[in-house]
Amino acid sequence: MSTRTVLSQADITRALTRIAHEILESNRGPDGLVVLGVPTRGVVLADRLGASLSSISGVPVPVGAVDVTMYRDDLRRNPTRASQPTSLPAGGIDGATVVLVDDVLYSGRTVRAALDALSSLGRPRAVRLAVLVDRGHRELPIRADFVGKNLPTSTAERIFVRLAEVDGDELVAIEGGAGDDGRPAAAPETGGAPS
Amino acid sequence: MRHLLSTADLSRDDALRVLDVSEDMADVATRQVKKLPTLRGTTVVNLFYEDSTRTRISFEAAAKRLSADVINFAAKGSSVSKGESLKDTAQTLAAMGADGIVIRHPSSGAPRVLADSGWVEAGIVNAGDGTHEHPTQALLDAFTMRRRVHGAASRGRDLDGLEVMIVGDILHSRVARSNAWLLRTLGARVTVVAPPTLLPVDLSRLGVAVRYDLDDAIREVRPDVVMMLRIQQERMNEAFFPNAREYAGSWGLGAARFASLPPETIVMHPGPMNRGLEISDEAADSPRSTVRDQVANGVAVRMAVLYLTLAGDREDSL
Repeated sequence: MSTRTVLSQADITRALTRIAHEILESNRGPDGLVVLGVPTRGVVLADRLGASLSSISGVPVPVGAVDVTMYRDDLRRNPTRASQPTSLPAGGIDGATVVLVDDVLYSGRTVRAALDALSSLGRPRAVRLAVLVDRGHRELPIRADFVGKNLPTSTAERIFVRLAEVDGDELVAIEGGAGDDGRPAAAPETGGAPS
Repeated sequence: MRHLLSTADLSRDDALRVLDVSEDMADVATRQVKKLPTLRGTTVVNLFYEDSTRTRISFEAAAKRLSADVINFAAKGSSVSKGESLKDTAQTLAAMGADGIVIRHPSSGAPRVLADSGWVEAGIVNAGDGTHEHPTQALLDAFTMRRRVHGAASRGRDLDGLEVMIVGDILHSRVARSNAWLLRTLGARVTVVAPPTLLPVDLSRLGVAVRYDLDDAIREVRPDVVMMLRIQQERMNEAFFPNAREYAGSWGLGAARFASLPPETIVMHPGPMNRGLEISDEAADSPRSTVRDQVANGVAVRMAVLYLTLAGDREDSL
């Protein structure tokens, strides 16, 4: 199994800054933006993205977290996992433009679950999706609006996202892929585990 | 977690996991849509061989908030009164597609039998068995204490160093037993206070301190939590104590005794309360009483337990 680093810490920071500019451009400023991360690493990225949006625009952009555990469609296929906190900014999400943030976009099932979770938390005006890495292999009609890096992969490969706040060090790496080991692409695309 | 049968065999990590997931479940009650799709397509049977409106309704609300289908089975007036065995009843329910069975039974150990016998595949949740255990009550009590002590920063925390005093009928109380085990696992110190007639012969397995005089105990232990247990009316005729007035005077939380508690001490009661016997209006209705919190938290904790026992791949879970 070979592992190669595809994004360094500096690359990750640059990608998030670029995404922040793209969000502000497409939203024509910071009005009505709410940034919500999907635990675990999406929350860290959302915090950074929110800070970046606030400092670029000069207006504080509210940040929160939306846990999707209870909305997943693969609960019965995996051992039970503990949920993570959902926290919304004081103003809620009604009428807001919500930017969902996750580390890796893969099957799209996590995003599907997040959309369901959002609909029980309120009614945003619009929902956008920002991801650090898009590795392809979508199983649902979902695409990201803002992408840090497109990484074409095979399903046999695994993507590791490590962030300083959670893991100590920081990089995006890709493992395996020399030969398809025949395992189906069943791994969920978020969480501390490799994706 | 394949079943929840007892708090005695719950590790600290398992217990904290239930309490942490309960935090998220409690949040759901504050949302516009107070429902999760998590157990859609799952059938939960409430199999109650003893009357219990509160616990049954709490489990029913919990299962419905998780989108499970709920079937309530009360033994009274059912095939059980025609002599059907627990095995046959359970297998009948399993044949109807029950994925989870919440059982209350007058015999201690009935939930364990159901879980270990291989009669059914369903996940078993003990909702009170005889004078043995009532684990979800202990979990909701611990959750309530943790929220009062740590507030919004409760997640991941235990009850280290908390002084908990459990007062009343320890002998017959499954609530006391489940609490004693769970609270100790979570780092609290537990003192039981009761007339000697209402204490079990062997308390060593509970790992608690024993007191007989409530006023002395309050003065010397200075508890953070006082949990008053219900005196069951049927015990009154069995000469465990002379009469209700004497019990209330010596072991009830009357107005004067309530006033003698340290100012931060919270008062808990699993309900239903016998006002004027084990607890006075002054104590029960004060802001330091958690009686209603306990009821609300009960739904959240039972949601967490149903989620953790029923949602995952049941082959893989422990």
